[in-house]
Amino acid sequence: MTTLALRDLKAGYDRDLPIVKGVSFEVEEGECLCILGPNGAGKSTMIKAVAGLVPTFGGTVHLNGADITGLASHQLVRKGMGFVPQTENIFTSLTILENLQIAAQLLPAAERANRIAAMFDMFPDLGSRPRTEAGALSGGQRQMLAAARALLTEPKVLILDEPSAGLSPKLVGQVFDTLRRISAAGVTLVLVEQNVRAALALTERALVLVDGRLAHDGPADDLHDGKLLGELFLGHRSAEASA
Amino acid sequence: MNPQALIDGLVAGSTIGLGAIGLTLTYSILRFANFTHGDFLAWGAYLTLTVAGVLGGLAAGLGAPVYPFSFGWGLPLAMLGGVCLTIVLALGLDRVLFGRLRARGADTIIIVMASFGASMALRSLLEFIFTAKPVYFTKALQIANPLGFGMRATPDQLLVIGLTLLLVVALHLIVTFSATGRAMRAVAENPSLAGVYGIDVARVVRVTWIIGAGMACIAGVMAGLLVQIRPYMGFDLLLPLFAAAILGGIGSIPGAMIGGLVIGLAEAFAVQIVGAEWRAAVAFVILVLVLMLRPQGIFGRKGA
Repeated sequence: MTTLALRDLKAGYDRDLPIVKGVSFEVEEGECLCILGPNGAGKSTMIKAVAGLVPTFGGTVHLNGADITGLASHQLVRKGMGFVPQTENIFTSLTILENLQIAAQLLPAAERANRIAAMFDMFPDLGSRPRTEAGALSGGQRQMLAAARALLTEPKVLILDEPSAGLSPKLVGQVFDTLRRISAAGVTLVLVEQNVRAALALTERALVLVDGRLAHDGPADDLHDGKLLGELFLGHRSAEASA
Repeated sequence: MNPQALIDGLVAGSTIGLGAIGLTLTYSILRFANFTHGDFLAWGAYLTLTVAGVLGGLAAGLGAPVYPFSFGWGLPLAMLGGVCLTIVLALGLDRVLFGRLRARGADTIIIVMASFGASMALRSLLEFIFTAKPVYFTKALQIANPLGFGMRATPDQLLVIGLTLLLVVALHLIVTFSATGRAMRAVAENPSLAGVYGIDVARVVRVTWIIGAGMACIAGVMAGLLVQIRPYMGFDLLLPLFAAAILGGIGSIPGAMIGGLVIGLAEAFAVQIVGAEWRAAVAFVILVLVLMLRPQGIFGRKGA
């Protein structure tokens, strides 16, 4: 079953200068997909448009068959969209527990405590000090809290924007271990990432976005040797040629 | 030095603090200095006076003073009506003016200037409708009772201090422990991320106006009850309100209250030490000192 479907999506900050210039792809239920591309390719803009944070100028986005194009971010969360921004993805002035309590407000009152407890089981580092101010957490712990917050409502799809950005190699390993566990639990994952090696090791399928257009859509294994990826990043190979 | 300044300062500070709460919430959540906030105080007082007049017409007994206070049951009932009408005014202004500017992505300075213009319009409208002549909730005389240490206070003054304390504690508990309060703090920190968390930011904005306008109305009624009601009463309080909000730390409800009390006390003592003509300068001096020495205020976070 298709969980997320983009059809000819155009998006950006200025209608006359779209950054995403007509992108189409589908993500199946339980699939783990990474989106790669050089800086400025429009990866983050595209997933922010999907998450309701950047205006769309054309095309559609469907979640589990329902048209969600142009909905505001808070409405998308209620539809089953989980999004973790690259930076500033937790409320640092609130405690760990308060961050989760805000997300839990979307659930029926009877389920809230259980879901928060489930997240603390999944991320024991957070569960051991729920009243700590989130601003005191390390980079890796912040990413875990951001993921826990997004997973709390059991989203149909979890989209992450460069979860390893700015982290030390050790913390990157921790973050990808966490993502591996989330994916293994059956959550549909879409990941934008600059850390190509780690992303390809995690996912089954990879898209490459170049200049706002899809340049490659295929198994992650195809990109492991780096040659094809290099050609795509440098624009020496078009989408048609790589398909 | 006359210790009566302590009571005078606490009474004035209660009004300033309660008014500053709305200002600090608007500042932290909507991210602009709202110059119309002072006019919400004045409009709140006049709207309450109007409702009190209507209630008095319907049931004359409501206006009879209830011992030991100088006013009857009509005033608290009218204040409830005044609070509702002031909230309608604030929400209407947001819908017609501020909300549209936000939707267009207007710069903060544009919204501040719009609030400045709206403030003048609201004030002129008050003067047009009610004239500039001061009016009163009550003309009953009250004797100030001795409190000890050479201090005296009227029952109305003690009620104002007590009601302020009650409202501030209640609001602080709501913002700290309720889901709405957590959402307000989240929007204050990062409105875009709040949407990603599933918070309806537009709803939080409405709640902010409701709390701010409600508190402004009550502060206006307090000022009107203890002194008099004038179209410029809110405008005259604007500088102390800003000074209290900034001194307390933007976004902090206890901070705004403590800031208000500090300003009120400083004004009262300044009147005794350097003369009444310097009263208005006190808030300005405190504002400048805070901005230079501790811009985040007493309870504010650095860089917030």
